[in-house]
Amino acid sequence: MDNQNLIVSVSPHIRTARSTRSLMLEVIFALLPAAAVGVVFFGLYALALLLSTTAAAVLFEYLYNRLTKKPLTIGDCSAALTGLLLAMNLPATTPIWQAVLGAAIAIVIVKMLFGGLGYNFANPAITARIILMIAFTDSVGAAVFPRGVDLVSTATPLAELKTGSMPSVSLLDLFLGRCGGALGETCALALLIGGVYLIARKIITWHTPVAFIGTVFLGSYLRTGTIEGALAYTLSGGLFLGAFFMATDYVTTPSTKWGRTIFGFGCGLLTLLIRFYGAYPEGVSFSILLMNILTPYIEHWTLERPRGGVAHE
Amino acid sequence: MSLFGIRGIHVPHRKNTAGMSPIRFCDVKEVILPTVQHIGAPAKPVVKVGDVVAVGDLVAEAGGFVSSPIYAPVSGTVKKIEDFLLSNGSYAPAIVIESDREMRVSDRITPPDVHDFDSFITAVGKSGLVGLGGAGFPTHVKLAVKDPSKIDAVILNGAECEPYITSDTVTMTEHAADIAEGITLLRRYLGVKKVIVAIEKNKPAAIRKMQELAASNPIVNVKILPSVYPQGGEKVLIYNTVGRIVPEGKLPLDVGVIVLNVTSLAFIARYIKTGMPLVEKCVTVDGSAVAAPKNVIVPIGTPMKDVFAFCGGFCAAPKKILYGGPMMGIAVPNAEQPILKNTNAILAFDEKDAVLPRETNCLHCGKCQSTCPLRLNPPAIADALARGDGKLLYDLRVNLCMECGACAFVCPARRQLVQRHKLAKGVLKKYQTELAQKKEEQSRG
Repeated sequence: MDNQNLIVSVSPHIRTARSTRSLMLEVIFALLPAAAVGVVFFGLYALALLLSTTAAAVLFEYLYNRLTKKPLTIGDCSAALTGLLLAMNLPATTPIWQAVLGAAIAIVIVKMLFGGLGYNFANPAITARIILMIAFTDSVGAAVFPRGVDLVSTATPLAELKTGSMPSVSLLDLFLGRCGGALGETCALALLIGGVYLIARKIITWHTPVAFIGTVFLGSYLRTGTIEGALAYTLSGGLFLGAFFMATDYVTTPSTKWGRTIFGFGCGLLTLLIRFYGAYPEGVSFSILLMNILTPYIEHWTLERPRGGVAHE
Repeated sequence: MSLFGIRGIHVPHRKNTAGMSPIRFCDVKEVILPTVQHIGAPAKPVVKVGDVVAVGDLVAEAGGFVSSPIYAPVSGTVKKIEDFLLSNGSYAPAIVIESDREMRVSDRITPPDVHDFDSFITAVGKSGLVGLGGAGFPTHVKLAVKDPSKIDAVILNGAECEPYITSDTVTMTEHAADIAEGITLLRRYLGVKKVIVAIEKNKPAAIRKMQELAASNPIVNVKILPSVYPQGGEKVLIYNTVGRIVPEGKLPLDVGVIVLNVTSLAFIARYIKTGMPLVEKCVTVDGSAVAAPKNVIVPIGTPMKDVFAFCGGFCAAPKKILYGGPMMGIAVPNAEQPILKNTNAILAFDEKDAVLPRETNCLHCGKCQSTCPLRLNPPAIADALARGDGKLLYDLRVNLCMECGACAFVCPARRQLVQRHKLAKGVLKKYQTELAQKKEEQSRG
């Protein structure tokens, strides 16, 4: 009997099938309905934008790995996810070179320079989106509308809400995504399907999205005094994309259930403040980035005490 | 149970050998009996090379109160007594007996004289019994409670939450009468008023048998638990059965319970009746490299390789061999390792199942924390370990970790969390020793 090459390792000797790579692939899968709606509504250029940004993100991570002579990490698919999320957060008319620059910012500056996946404190896609928005106000800050939408107004629903009026599109159009906004953020229905899938598959928990969306809904109701007004605020802008897919990023948000609840509530509150009183019509990205910074503290406050642990002197 | 859901993980059951009656295997050439097969002082050999022994003869006596004697599992001649490399990397003297293949039973085997608490504890100590669930703590020490009236309930652990293993299930389905007899003994000598048989719900046959037993004995209750790993961990079982938390540094008895493995109790009953000490074990032999998985009753000390050969040998080259289940089992360096008193399974895996995936960065997903039955924080422990921060490890209570492996099982980054916890316990111990020294110096100076 050949006993020479037995592997000796510390238990456990079996692992769950779910890996970093499979998690990332499932999140990408869950984003596909919203991305597909974006392509249908905004046209083939949107598809080109999605593909080039995703490919660029993977390429930048590959180049960074090679240049720093570190093991390749593109196989974990997190770079692809970041690229896809970035494209979905950009207007469908963004010049490709700007989107590719955004991918470089997200991957190289926000993620890899901090140590790669797991060590970045801010959400790469969101940070890159904010930088692009400030740098290229004309293109990335632009209001872009789907093809065939009967344009009554040239403002996005949130910009209209900002002026105190209801959006010129119906609530149903807001829910289905027939309104102005970023490539992948307009169709609340598709994002909801993806988000529910992630919760059902136990990839994310319900705490952050429910707290985030719930806070925005309640706050908007208090301000407008009508269910319609509250729904208009809730279904507009990047709330669903942010709440289900970016405020739930493992790396940059708390890992405890109460921490996630607080994180979602904080995001909701900041979003409301920016939407109601800020210079920008939309505050989802800023709110998530700000809460990213608070994450270590929220985590610390909400850690559970070890069971059976007695106080030490 | 909190608003936020229950703890634990769903591991694959792989109870391939459930419902398989154990087959006896005694055609063994030689047995290896390390003097360390339990927690506590090593046993002291009382035989010399060349001595002729029969099944049940004492070969090593207990080395103290927290220790356990060892008996000859085969008849034959003592071939050598020499240091043997144990699976934990340390050496201990081992008695090697060459079998004459006759399995001649010693004529010194007589039922022990048991008439009160003291004689009962003495008898259990003499039987060589240690916790058969895996921990190997001498059972008589656990039962020797100063004030038996403090025992509200005895929990019989039949959870058997590790994948593959079915030897406790076999006890419950085939030796229910021994368990019933054991419960009578506990009531008679320890005054036990309540016995709870705790079983995971994936063992319907065992549950039926134990419910029959409960129907005829009013002090017995059956608690059916969800099949969630690590249900059979002592602290987890106590919480899920009677809702009590065993505080840090305390024993189950401090919250009024004693947890006994079902097979341990069945053995006590058989020993009191027959006087035959612990010389054989029912073990589950399974794993992807084993040709014909079985439950086998083998003499203690039988080298694993002989047991695997009895089960049709290997159907694929074994790359990892374990004592115990895949969640907490110990990987051995070779198949010469013997079956020990607390071995309840030996598993052999082929290359595909043996090679662990590469570790990647922690994602901060929180799955380890939300899984830990003790609410520990593995990423924080890993950070504290990397910094060698004993004080922080002290605050993080890594000493509470029972190394169930649930955190490492669920980790999508495949991080070796149990390994880190083991290392962290070492750092913590060093910190505590130094702290104690410093305090002593201060009080002196």
